[in-house]
Formats: sequence, structure tokens, C-alpha cells
Amino acid sequence: MTTQDTNTPQGTNATPQTNNTQDTNTTPGTATTPGTATTPGTATTPGTATTPGTATTPNTATVTAEAAAPALRGSAVTLRGLRVERRTLLLVAALVPLILALGLLGLCYGASWATPREVFDVLTGAEPSVVIWDWRMPRVLAGLVFGAALGVAGALFQNLTRNPMGSPDVIGLDAGAYTGALVALTVLSGTSAQLAVGSVLGGLAVAAAIYLLAYDRGFSGLRLVVIGIAINAMVTALNSWIVLRAELEVAIAAVGWSAGSLNGVGWDDLGIPFTVIAVLFALMATQAHAMHQASLGDAVAAATGVGLDRLRLLMVLVGVGCTATVTAVAGPIAFIALAAPQIGRRLAGAAGVPLLPAALTGAVLLQGADLLAQMLLAPVALPVGVVSTAIGGCYLIWLLTKEVRRA
Amino acid sequence: MTARLTARDLTLRYGDRVVSTRLSLDVPDGRFTAVVGPNACGKSTLLRALVRLLKPESGRVEFDDREVGSYPPKQLAKQLGFLPQDPLAPDDIKVRQLVGRGRFPHQSLLALWSPHDEEAVTTAMAAAGVADLADRPVRELSGGQRQRVWMAMVLAQQTPCLLLDEPTSFLDITHQYQLLGLLARLRDEGRTVIAVLHDINQACRFADHLIAMRDGRVVAEGDPTDIVDAALIKDVFDLPSVIVPDPVTDTPMVVPTLQGE
Repeated sequence: MTTQDTNTPQGTNATPQTNNTQDTNTTPGTATTPGTATTPGTATTPGTATTPGTATTPNTATVTAEAAAPALRGSAVTLRGLRVERRTLLLVAALVPLILALGLLGLCYGASWATPREVFDVLTGAEPSVVIWDWRMPRVLAGLVFGAALGVAGALFQNLTRNPMGSPDVIGLDAGAYTGALVALTVLSGTSAQLAVGSVLGGLAVAAAIYLLAYDRGFSGLRLVVIGIAINAMVTALNSWIVLRAELEVAIAAVGWSAGSLNGVGWDDLGIPFTVIAVLFALMATQAHAMHQASLGDAVAAATGVGLDRLRLLMVLVGVGCTATVTAVAGPIAFIALAAPQIGRRLAGAAGVPLLPAALTGAVLLQGADLLAQMLLAPVALPVGVVSTAIGGCYLIWLLTKEVRRA
Repeated sequence: MTARLTARDLTLRYGDRVVSTRLSLDVPDGRFTAVVGPNACGKSTLLRALVRLLKPESGRVEFDDREVGSYPPKQLAKQLGFLPQDPLAPDDIKVRQLVGRGRFPHQSLLALWSPHDEEAVTTAMAAAGVADLADRPVRELSGGQRQRVWMAMVLAQQTPCLLLDEPTSFLDITHQYQLLGLLARLRDEGRTVIAVLHDINQACRFADHLIAMRDGRVVAEGDPTDIVDAALIKDVFDLPSVIVPDPVTDTPMVVPTLQGE
């Protein structure tokens, strides 16, 4: 291998490059390549546009700029500095009426059908009705708001884990929140405040356990999901054990609740959960921009100014908060959080997993599932969790076959 | 020679593996610094420490005499732009959107997307030569195109300092030279550029400050014309070579004498 006495044997090999690169180093800015490829960074730093070297080709940069600008206007809309993809706006314009229609249907449907006319009379206060206002209205609102909360929780965890399987119901947060609620129900007296606090604590405990087990000098979304699935299985077993040890009446109530149901939800159940969800949504709305930035990977996110530790903590807290709040009132409703963010993302054609489409899709899915649950075996109302699990199961099969095909 | 970005007595490690001990260096302002060295000699680790992605076990990285870790994230991100080796693009993101993400440190809740952002993105895409790809999904691009898109994202950040980890690794030879020419021009506009490069001859031609590393240490630093000789190349790369003047720029050109058997 030692060929030390060969003097410059490849001396000529360097010359072919010469033509390519003649001026690059010595005379910066003198249009080394025509036009597009490397137009000198004329205005890359504001204020330096008048450096001598750049004066030769300012036109090229401007022309390219103007050519590119209309393309942008086609796909994005800027509203008072808030830049929104046009397709997201279309999606909102399509889903909001759908949500209103499903809500109206929920108010009309029941043991006796109320015409939309009657419903409007009740809503405007012209004609009081206990059935529509006190029975159906809370249930419809719960379906919509809880659906949105689950959609957002799912989107948060899918962003955190960078994995479409990383949703709170899959990685055991629902089960953990349910454990907390079961403890409140069996050990304590089971007031709604105890249920709420128990759910949140249970969810946080599971989140902390996953976090600790999955942490290994940084995060891998896949490891987090796999460990979450294992924890989900263990916590579910724990839940069964608690139910088996409980008194019969409590056990029956707990099991009925375990599927996730909006049956019998009334106004009294909604005040605190809606307030909590509103606060969590507002908190997350301020960080949505940073969350999307974080989807560029830890290195780029941190280098562009995302405080990753704080952001992650906030995402976990909001995600667990939404999941636990819903679970405390309605039990663990599975699969909405898994499916809604991904369906929303595909409908919006968006980059990453955006929150707004996830929230709207979640509202549509849960309210739709609850209507189906009431209609399928009417007059018996099924727990909505049964329907959402059936819908979600189909979605999961599709997702898995797609992922397997990709792998 | 002034240096806003400095490292003092750094000990850097990944888990149990110590990469560097007592590493010190200055990144000279307004220069194009190339970091060269064999694989796994700690070049990328050094860059990650400089942009506070890796917290040093001991020692300090300072920007303007203030420890980088103590800056509010966005404030530092307005000063230091960083391009890692393997950045992640979210599913379905388009080129223009991705380049726009470089504007993040300049935006806040009250000042989201501004015309200035728009202009910065357009200029950055033109400079990196990806203007014609603006509406393409990043996923569909070739490795080289993708690398130029990421370069545009860092340019859109409009930072006075640019730290680039192997910015030319996926580029064909023409685009390599174009990118290096762009970096030299940015330097001429007054920006500080520090890039990990693999090709020592490109480093000698375009950079005006060279840092040669081996086993986590700085073996030599200075103007490539002054420091590059056969002994240094032997020290750093374990490669026997002769040094000839580059026929185009007269900078040192390393010609290995290995010829196979």
C-alpha cells in the first residue's frame, strides 16, 4: 500500500474541474452560474443588499422571487399575519356545518322525534322542553366537545411520538385515567370532583411511567408507543382486578362505565369539564406553532428556537388533561383520539398532525358515533365506546396494513 | 481576530463515550471556517455543542460572552443557524412551507407571518437554487434537492452565524461547488460560516480558516494556506500525500499517494 515515491501521479486529474469552478472563490458574486442555481444571496441579510459583489445580478433574484410568489398565493391565505393553508380553511368550512347538522340531529332524535322547528323554538327559548334542553342538549354538547378534546389529545401525542399509533388510548392513558376514577369510586365516595382528580392523577401517573421507561438519552417515538402498549395491557389488568375486588353495586357501575358512554350525561356533569377543556385548548393554541416546528426533529427545532423541554411538558399535560377530563365524565372512549387526528390530517392535506382539523374531526366522529349508538338497537342506547371501538377497529386495520406495506 | 462564538475547555460525551476533553476554540467572525477530520473524530459533536444541542459535561460555550444555554431559545436562534446532517421533514410538507419554518425565531404569537418573512423565504429559495421546487412535496425530492431545501431553510433564518454539518454530502459535484461558492459569498457579506466538510481540497479552496480535528482534539487551526502540509494530512488522516498548489486558486491541494496494490 505504501507508494511514497510516486511523485504527483494524479497531478493532471485536477484540471478537468477547472472550468467548472474558476471564479467561485476569487470573485464572489460574479454570476458563477446563470440564474437560478446559486443566485448570490442578495437580500439574505437585510441591509447588506448593496455589497459590491452582489450588484451584478440583483435582477435574477428579483425575477425568481416574483415567479415564485403567485405559486404561494394559490395554496395559502394570510389573515392578519396568521398564515393558513387554503385547504384547511375549506375543511373548516365543510366540517362546521356538518358538526351543526349532527348536533341538530342529536337534538331531534330520541324516543320521540322532535322536528327541527320544535328544536329551534326550544333553542330560542320560545318553547321550554325538558327533553330537548335538559336531556338531549347536554349529551350533544358532550359528544361534540369531548370529541374535540379527544381529537386534540390524540394529535398531541401523535406529534410527540411522531407515530400515528401514539394516541392516548393506545398507550394506556385512558386506562390509567380509568384506574384513577376506579380508585375514587371504590376507595373514596366517588363524587364527580374525586373522579376528575383521580382520572387526571391516574393519567399523569401512566404518562410519567411511560416517560421514565422510554427515556434513554433522548426519545424514540416508536419505543414510547411500544412501552405504552405494554403499560396499557398491565393497567387494564389492574382495572379488572379493582373491579373484581369491588362491591357488587360499585362493580356493576364501573363496568357499565368502562366502555365509555354519554348515556345520562346532564348539565351538572359539564360545567367543570368544559371549563378545563377550554383552558387547555387556549393554552395549547398558543403553542401550536412551536409544536409544528418541533416536527422538524429535535436538532432543527432547538436550533430554530423551540424550547423543547417546556413544549413537551405542556403537550403531555394538555394531552393527559383532555383525556382524563373526558374519562372522568364519560369513561374511556376508545379510538377517537387514534383516528381523528389522522383523518383530519389527510382531509386537510396538511404537513404534520395539525390540531384544528383533529378537533373538528373528533367532534364529528364522537357525535356521529353517539348517534349511531342510540339508533342501532333503539330503544336501547349502546355505550358510545362500543361504536367508536368498532369504527376505530376498522381504521386500525387499515392503518396497520398500510404501515406493513410501507415497511 | 474577534470571535463572538467561543468554546472553552469542553468535555463532550454521549452516554459513556467521551468524544472530546478540554476542547477549546474560537469561531472567527466574518470568516468561512471549515472543520475537517476523519470519520467519528468529533466534528459533528463539536457543532452540536456550539448550538447548545449537546450540553457539555464541563466547560463553556459562549456567544457574545454569554453562555449559549442561558439565552432564551428564540433569541439565540436569531444569531445561530444550524443545519444538522439528517433533519426530519414532516409528512406531506411542501418545499416553500419547509423553508418558511426557518422564520420561526422571528415570529411570535402577536407577529406571525409577515411580508418580511415572505421576502426572506423567497430570497433564501433563490439563493439555494430551489425556487423552482417551491410547490413540490419534500418527500418526492432527491437527496441532493432535499439538502438544498434544508439549506434554504437555514438561510431563511437570516442569522449572522451559520453552522452547517456536512452541507454538501448529498450534492453532485456542480452543486457542491455552487453551495461552497454561496457560503463564500455569505462570508463576503459579513456573515460567519462554520461547516464540517469532507473534501479537504474544497475546504482549502473556499474556507479562509481551517480547523483540523482528530480523536476529539484540534490538531491544527489557521489559514489553510499556512497550515496544510503533508505532515498535517499524515497526522490528521493517516494518509500519505503530496501537497501541490491548486491550479485554479493556488490554495493547497492534497494529492494522496496511495494507489491500491
